[in-house]
Amino acid sequence: MDEKNAGMLSPYRVLDLTGERGFLGGKLLGDLGADVIKIEPPGGDPARKLGPFYHDEPHPEKSLYWMGFNTNKRGITLDIATARGREIFKKLCRKADIVIESFDPGYLDGLGLGYGSLEEINPGLIVASITGFGQTGPYKDFKAPDIVLWALSGLGYVHGDADRPPLSPSYPVSYFFSAMQAIIGALIALFQRGTTGRGQHIDAPTLLGLAWATGPEVQGLWPLNGEIVKRSGRIWPRPRTGPDGEVTYINVPLSYPCRDGGVKFFPFVEPGMLPSTNGLTRWVIEEGLASEALQNVDWTTWDWSEVTQEAADAVTESFGRFFMNHTKEELWQGARDRGIQLYPVFTPRDMVAFPQLKIRQYWQEVDHPELDARITYPGAFVKLADGSCEIRRRAPRIGEHNPEIYEKELGMSKQELEKLKRAGVI
Amino acid sequence: MIFMPSRPFEGINILDFTWTATGPFTLNPLAFYGANIIKVESRARYDALRSLGPFKDGRAEPERSFYFSYAQTGKRYNITLNMDHPGAREIARRLVGWADIVADSYATGTMEKWGLDYESLKKIKPDIIMFRTCMHGHTGPLAGQHGQGFILTALSGVDAIIGWPDRAPAGAFGALTDFIAPQFNTICLIAALDYRRRTGKGQYIDQSQHEASLQLMTPLILDYTVNGRDFHASGNRLSGAAPHGIYRCLGDDRWCAIAVFTDGEWQGFCQVIGQPALAADPRFVTLADRKRNEDELDCIVEGWTARRSPHEVMTLMQASGVPAGVVADARDQAEDPQLAHYNFFEEREHPVTGKMPFYHGPCFRLSAAPYEIGRATLIGEHNEYVYTGLLGYSDEEWARLAAEGVI
Repeated sequence: MDEKNAGMLSPYRVLDLTGERGFLGGKLLGDLGADVIKIEPPGGDPARKLGPFYHDEPHPEKSLYWMGFNTNKRGITLDIATARGREIFKKLCRKADIVIESFDPGYLDGLGLGYGSLEEINPGLIVASITGFGQTGPYKDFKAPDIVLWALSGLGYVHGDADRPPLSPSYPVSYFFSAMQAIIGALIALFQRGTTGRGQHIDAPTLLGLAWATGPEVQGLWPLNGEIVKRSGRIWPRPRTGPDGEVTYINVPLSYPCRDGGVKFFPFVEPGMLPSTNGLTRWVIEEGLASEALQNVDWTTWDWSEVTQEAADAVTESFGRFFMNHTKEELWQGARDRGIQLYPVFTPRDMVAFPQLKIRQYWQEVDHPELDARITYPGAFVKLADGSCEIRRRAPRIGEHNPEIYEKELGMSKQELEKLKRAGVI
Repeated sequence: MIFMPSRPFEGINILDFTWTATGPFTLNPLAFYGANIIKVESRARYDALRSLGPFKDGRAEPERSFYFSYAQTGKRYNITLNMDHPGAREIARRLVGWADIVADSYATGTMEKWGLDYESLKKIKPDIIMFRTCMHGHTGPLAGQHGQGFILTALSGVDAIIGWPDRAPAGAFGALTDFIAPQFNTICLIAALDYRRRTGKGQYIDQSQHEASLQLMTPLILDYTVNGRDFHASGNRLSGAAPHGIYRCLGDDRWCAIAVFTDGEWQGFCQVIGQPALAADPRFVTLADRKRNEDELDCIVEGWTARRSPHEVMTLMQASGVPAGVVADARDQAEDPQLAHYNFFEEREHPVTGKMPFYHGPCFRLSAAPYEIGRATLIGEHNEYVYTGLLGYSDEEWARLAAEGVI
């Protein structure tokens, strides 16, 4: 591989023991050039049962979830719960820089493969652990699927419409917040290793990543103002302070339904945003859908911390009427022509059609000879001047690189591999 | 010998032109672990986050924004430098000479206008790492467009995945992508530092926050590019589990999440609610049965939860191996024993606001590197240290720069 395409992390080897909770982390290291080896149980990772599937055919080699988050990894099968499997894993650890895992706390220790044991084999090894709640603490053994973490983190309470139960994402995202944090920790450890020569252990609890993401509006108002922030759906409550210092809110929509989905718009009045707000106001007036209040509004003197709820409603209800009259595409096109900061709520169809992403060559075509197909993937998560961030290889098939790793690298014979296969070790 | 844990980024210098959330959140982990950061603001053009409420004591002043404090928990030095003043260029050049990383989060045009484009930086310091993040990246027709977190949640699909099947999406509560994009950035930035240490080469990093955030949606995008299926939110339900939802509990607007994936968890659930026979009820025996009769099932679940506090529901369920979690409000979060165990949120004293409660370090713990939390800086708080100490200006020169409006 020439240097230009090598990627910044090309000297490093990563052993990826994670299940679906941690796939993303190893993938990002691979995108930056690291040699990532995904270790699956014999027969394939259980996450290969996760949909969606290629052409809707449920099959362990056709999971789009698997394919999406395991690009840039080679794949081997190995049962680390067996004695021989542990031995082989330890051998791999000798030449590895980073191990990523997402087992329950204590599981690897129970196998004699905890950080303490691996450190003895390779003092420079970095082990990053992704869990729901962390390696220690009162909740460490709690069952921790995405929705439970979303709930306990504080994010659940503020999401959703006021007239229905709180919402969690229909497509789970909680563990992305620890998969990435674990990698940040691992890279800090790698950088430190350059000075100390020593590796270390990273404890990345999803709860911490999600609690961080709740932000100060939730976390600040309770201890400082005794206020509990609630879910308000498409509304963005704007605070106003009365003469007695008491804070009240007016409800201003931040997103609106349109004819075929949702759009987001807020009439900001800061100088930089006035052209956008004035632009939409003119557009609504041109189409004859502006209330009298909107026709007469002067945004240069408008102050969201001063206006009444009635005054706010009188202008925003015209926006709502206008949006329902249009499709996402019409609004998006018109907004761009008029310099209005209005955005459709994108679904995958909109993402793929978005011109900016095409022009920046974001989408990457990846060959899948085994499916006789070329598939369009999201490409680089960042653009670099030196070395690439890109998809260099599709996700591995079950045990695809067993010969490459076990025979070529570890010097095992074909017969030996056959024996291990029959014994269920690989 | 006493083991002295080292600070991984000791001696790494960062010249920080970032503002609002994504840029500062990107740099914070480097500050937690020892990097020196000089944050550049000016009195005329201070960090936009300083204007965003809520504010301490309700007073809308630049040193009182909750959000600014929250985004600046990595230790920084703060200087004023009026980049629109011609006299500022020479100072900026000297600071670039000091820096290993120059970071900004402006749309295309601002750094260029200030003569701080990558080519110019390289002339000052050949191995400089220039890290840039903006909404749409620094090429293409939208490169100059300013970003907003709540817009990015719309473009990246984060809004689309949160909603009920019978309504337009409810969307993200806040600017969730402001917490997603920085994680990609930090990963890339540390990789660039490692790369430079090994090869002596600098780097130019152009991050589109949109492109990074979309990475999370990969399976949904593949479902579209492969199968032509577009994604629409389905509330709290998940194909591989039932019950899977957020259920009403005793109290004012109180809720608990419950998620049953396996038959074992289902049997545990039936035990906990005191209806062991339900496990053998033909409507609910297998996951497929439970999915088929999910409306009925949810009624049974809520019939039981509605008479208990969310904490009781969680404790009973988890004790029997059934996944459940309180839908924590801000008070629960402030009192959460697991967050407290990790000492995640800490109070810090601030010269203007007094004690602020939500300072935090990294979202992980390293076994051999301690972290350090800073507090939000005041505008120009470290002018004296940087201008007279680090850059060596005399007191007279420093006074002149201030008088002429350069700093």
